[in-house]
Amino acid sequence: MSRLSIVTRNKAQTTVEELYKDLERRIVASPPGLCPVDLAVSFLKVCHAQSCGKCVPCRIGLGQLQSLLENVLDGKADLETIDLIEETAEDISLSADCAIGYEAAEMVLKGVRGFRDDYVEHVQKGRCISSLSQPVPCVALCPANVDIPGYIALIAEERYDDAVRLIRKDNPLVTACALICEHPCEARCRRNMMDNAVNIRGLKRYAADHAGDVPVPAPAPSTGKKVAVIGGGPGGISAAYYLSLMGHKVTIFEQRKHLGGMLRYGIPNYRLPKDVLDREIRTLLSNGVEVKTEVSVGENLTVEDLKKEYDAVYIAIGAHTDKKIGIEGEEAEGVVSAVEMLRSIGDGEKLDYSGEDVIVVGGGNVAMDVARSAIRLGAAKVRIIYRRRISDMTALPEEVEGAVAEGCQIMELAAPVRIEHDENNRANALWVQPQIIGAVKRGRPAPREAQEEMLRLACDRIIVAIGQGIETKPFEESGIPVKRGVIDALNWSGLADIPGVFAGGDCVTGPATVIRAIAAGKVAAANIDEYLGFHHLIEAEVEIPKIRLHDRVPCGRVNLKERNATERKEDFELIECGMSHEEACQEASRCLRCDHFGFGSFKGGRIERW
Amino acid sequence: MVNVLIDNKQIKALKGTTILEAARNNGIHIPTLCYLKDVNDIGACRVCLVEIKGKERLITACNNVVEEGMEVYTNSPKVRRARMTNVRLILSQHDCNCPTCVRSGNCSLQKLANDLGIIRVPYEKKLFHSRWTKNFPLLRNYEKCIKCMRCIQVCDKVQGMHIWDLANTGSRTTVDVSGNRLLEESDCALCGQCITHCPVGALRERDDTPKVFRALADPETITVVQIAPSIRAAWGEPFGVSREFASVKRLVSAMRKMGFDYIFDTNFSADLTIMEEGSEFLERLKHKEEHTFPMFTSCCPGWVRFLKSQYPDMVSQLSTAKSPQQMFGAVTKSYYAELLGVDPSKIFCVSVMPCLAKKHECALPNMNDAGAGPDVDIVLTTREVDRMIRAEHIDVPGLEEEEFDTPLGVGTGAAVIFGATGGVMEAALRSAYYLVTGENPQPDAFKEVRGLDGWKEATFDLAGTPLRVAVASGLGNTRRLIEALRRKEVSYDFVEIMTCPGGCVGGGGQPIHDGEELAGERGEVLYGLDEVNELRFSHENPSVLKCYEDFFGNPLSHKSHELLHTDHEAWEMPEVHKER
Repeated sequence: MSRLSIVTRNKAQTTVEELYKDLERRIVASPPGLCPVDLAVSFLKVCHAQSCGKCVPCRIGLGQLQSLLENVLDGKADLETIDLIEETAEDISLSADCAIGYEAAEMVLKGVRGFRDDYVEHVQKGRCISSLSQPVPCVALCPANVDIPGYIALIAEERYDDAVRLIRKDNPLVTACALICEHPCEARCRRNMMDNAVNIRGLKRYAADHAGDVPVPAPAPSTGKKVAVIGGGPGGISAAYYLSLMGHKVTIFEQRKHLGGMLRYGIPNYRLPKDVLDREIRTLLSNGVEVKTEVSVGENLTVEDLKKEYDAVYIAIGAHTDKKIGIEGEEAEGVVSAVEMLRSIGDGEKLDYSGEDVIVVGGGNVAMDVARSAIRLGAAKVRIIYRRRISDMTALPEEVEGAVAEGCQIMELAAPVRIEHDENNRANALWVQPQIIGAVKRGRPAPREAQEEMLRLACDRIIVAIGQGIETKPFEESGIPVKRGVIDALNWSGLADIPGVFAGGDCVTGPATVIRAIAAGKVAAANIDEYLGFHHLIEAEVEIPKIRLHDRVPCGRVNLKERNATERKEDFELIECGMSHEEACQEASRCLRCDHFGFGSFKGGRIERW
Repeated sequence: MVNVLIDNKQIKALKGTTILEAARNNGIHIPTLCYLKDVNDIGACRVCLVEIKGKERLITACNNVVEEGMEVYTNSPKVRRARMTNVRLILSQHDCNCPTCVRSGNCSLQKLANDLGIIRVPYEKKLFHSRWTKNFPLLRNYEKCIKCMRCIQVCDKVQGMHIWDLANTGSRTTVDVSGNRLLEESDCALCGQCITHCPVGALRERDDTPKVFRALADPETITVVQIAPSIRAAWGEPFGVSREFASVKRLVSAMRKMGFDYIFDTNFSADLTIMEEGSEFLERLKHKEEHTFPMFTSCCPGWVRFLKSQYPDMVSQLSTAKSPQQMFGAVTKSYYAELLGVDPSKIFCVSVMPCLAKKHECALPNMNDAGAGPDVDIVLTTREVDRMIRAEHIDVPGLEEEEFDTPLGVGTGAAVIFGATGGVMEAALRSAYYLVTGENPQPDAFKEVRGLDGWKEATFDLAGTPLRVAVASGLGNTRRLIEALRRKEVSYDFVEIMTCPGGCVGGGGQPIHDGEELAGERGEVLYGLDEVNELRFSHENPSVLKCYEDFFGNPLSHKSHELLHTDHEAWEMPEVHKER
């Protein structure tokens, strides 16, 4: 008889652990548009299975809640049932002994309050409000609805130029997105249910790298219509590209010296090389798009001028003004915004931070970009100051890791208080207040002041990267509607009561992603074409390869490698390495072809032309 | 060509052929259930599973294509078991009260389960219940629906109306009216194509036979029935007799056995329609500036519902002439009641139509111009009449031919082709030519508008004036035509539209044959009847001429307007489906 024994896991436990992981991945891959009440009752069932069975509210209550929810779904409930569900869940939450009970009840409460209208619809009409509209998860989640299974199948057939043509149908900036897209398409990839999402962006990069020069299609016969595009960023370029394909005469008005917008002035060369970007833009605009740089609408000419001269106007000015922290000393010399710094680099200015001690304020991707750029400009020390925790940063984890690998230090839970400057008004220190992470507010843990002394961080330069805004004033003066700091455009890019003027991208949504700006440009092009009285269709004329009927077996995801940190931090050259041929073939074969198998075979999922 | 081995048989098939087609072309039958060629190849039922050598998972034959060197087994032990399981699972959610189902004996699920030898379902029965209105012409039974999705696909791909969609997700997924609407509040044209493409009894027409049996049993009621042109091409199909045998005269005989007092032909009022609609068209041509062209035919109530809901601004372009069915009703309860010398309210007017929209049309609030209740009291589909024939235990193979009653049983060849796409146009042109030139054209002078193409166009010379006409059938084709008209890509003087592909011969009320499209074959019957008819021109129908002489005076007369024309704006259609 032993007094203690070593705990070993039996086969059942190990299997259950595996099943937990399977379930986690499965939830990640949930398609958007499922019935929330049906999901709530399924989650509740899992919660109930976790009950130890000691206490009444959890052991019995969670089961009764399930029955009530089932009644709602089966059309056996009335409106009072919904109230009973809410009261019961509230009482379980109040009276359960442990989190297994009260957190389960909280989930039900959250639902009955968050999607009550769906409960009501089930009760009154026996139906659900939600529906699966786009059956292919990656296509559904790509703002531009790029035909992802289609181009992956083309890559598997080594038809890289066709892949580029197919992508361009919905997203002209293939190479740029191959390098820097945030790939929302990968988030709910059904492959998650088996192992891990397909590396979609990596495959796109492989296609872009190996397609060679793919000329743009010939434009439709000239319509004689003229369209002005204000802003030569990704949104403006996309709109101009599609409008020129449709046979309209397009002129882009760009405030800066070069085209590209945030692709040039926001994203460092080491993520998106300027020569690659320039080459792509040149190709896309080769259908006779006219470009006028260093023209600022609002200063050199007005929207009214453009309205007179052009048949339609698309405003795609982006979000290029910097936000201030609003602390004492922010006006001192040596304090610059991320926007200013990246703009100088984008225009080819040779900045030199040799030997400097640099502080970057912010926790987003832009903060990482400026920190990593500062390293490359020769800074001796770069510290990133963030008021929350590293895990709360909005920057992608790989960006944070990349910055750290290149030598940036991160000081989390430190809130800037004031900037100290010397007698020449040059910033020489940032004072920060240590924070403690606290209660969850609006779904996110909020920091509060810790009971610690303020710290003085001596430095030579401070770069503020806490977000961007939109220069709306000149447009507001021209009568363009502005609401909460952004242009108030409708979901089809038009402006209420101003026919012929359209707007989209960051200047409408606030700072967002490149792919959303591209999607907005695509929407605008379609609606401008209709507005001009046409119905040109954009299509790729690429035949998608037939399905390969191989068994899909679990297989690891190929991730893109990066150049060694010690080497890459010395220059501004591209840091990410593309896949090998072997890797690309394997990765392409991982695609589950949701356009053919499952709901895709029914509801299509392929929009061949728009 | 690719070489494949199916069930050990070496087969050559065209590249891109599905495994299912390749097998069928070589005499190997793979069972299917949800599959509908060119419309629904989504592999939902998982019945057409096959095993591919070297692959672990089974695949569906309906939507996967043959590959060079492929070895396919359509009935291996693995396939047989999985297929059987799937059919049993379907049966566990299907209301199997076959004896009381309209599709019993003509049900693809029933046949499949029988073929597979399923005599036991080991799963718990779980039926999906939901509410459905009882009085709309189209009924859906959730408990019989097997979610094959064919109704959704036919409505989306062929008719372009998007009335059906999936509702709910997960285990409670079912088929329902899209956008959380009720069918009666939707813009459904009531074409009934979803019914004729349903493999089971989940969709059917409202059964109006009890009302007809009641009327037949009542000695006080005078029962008058009209038989639409297209019925004669299809009614005999479920009885295993040939098309030649199943003549309209044998149907007359069957209906007389049922006890109808007067049995007439809708061909009579089709000829009348030509007189009114043709005259109206020539009148519009004379005053071109007062009208928007083209003028549209108005015989098809599904089309009228479509235009009113989808393009309400174009309703004035519809001919004001009533459909032949409604003209017949109005004539029966006025002119014919006078001839009989009876109170028209004693007349119970029944029509036999290939159509569900007709059930809606006869109940419109303004279809009562004769002043004795609804001009047409009840519409029966071909299927309902066939059910009545069975219920009456009539021996169809033993039927003799009998003549229609007179005078409303007389029709021309021009009228009989009303049942096929292009027929109304052709009939109208034959008479329009006569009305303009004073002489008859060759009867087949306008046959260019025949055929199953979804959108046909032709230009004819009408006494020196070129007349541009178009004919469309199927609402998907119709929408394309209308959109092209609105974009001014095309322009016509006169357009005929029929809601169902191929016209009324392919109507939603016709007998059902799973997987077969019979509009072409049935249409041939009608063109054959036209060819052998001594009368080929509506304006030569003696009964029609007599009717004008004794009652209406002339086409477009005051009385004609009262009884034979209608205001399409007098009733409302629900708004268009917003999410299109």
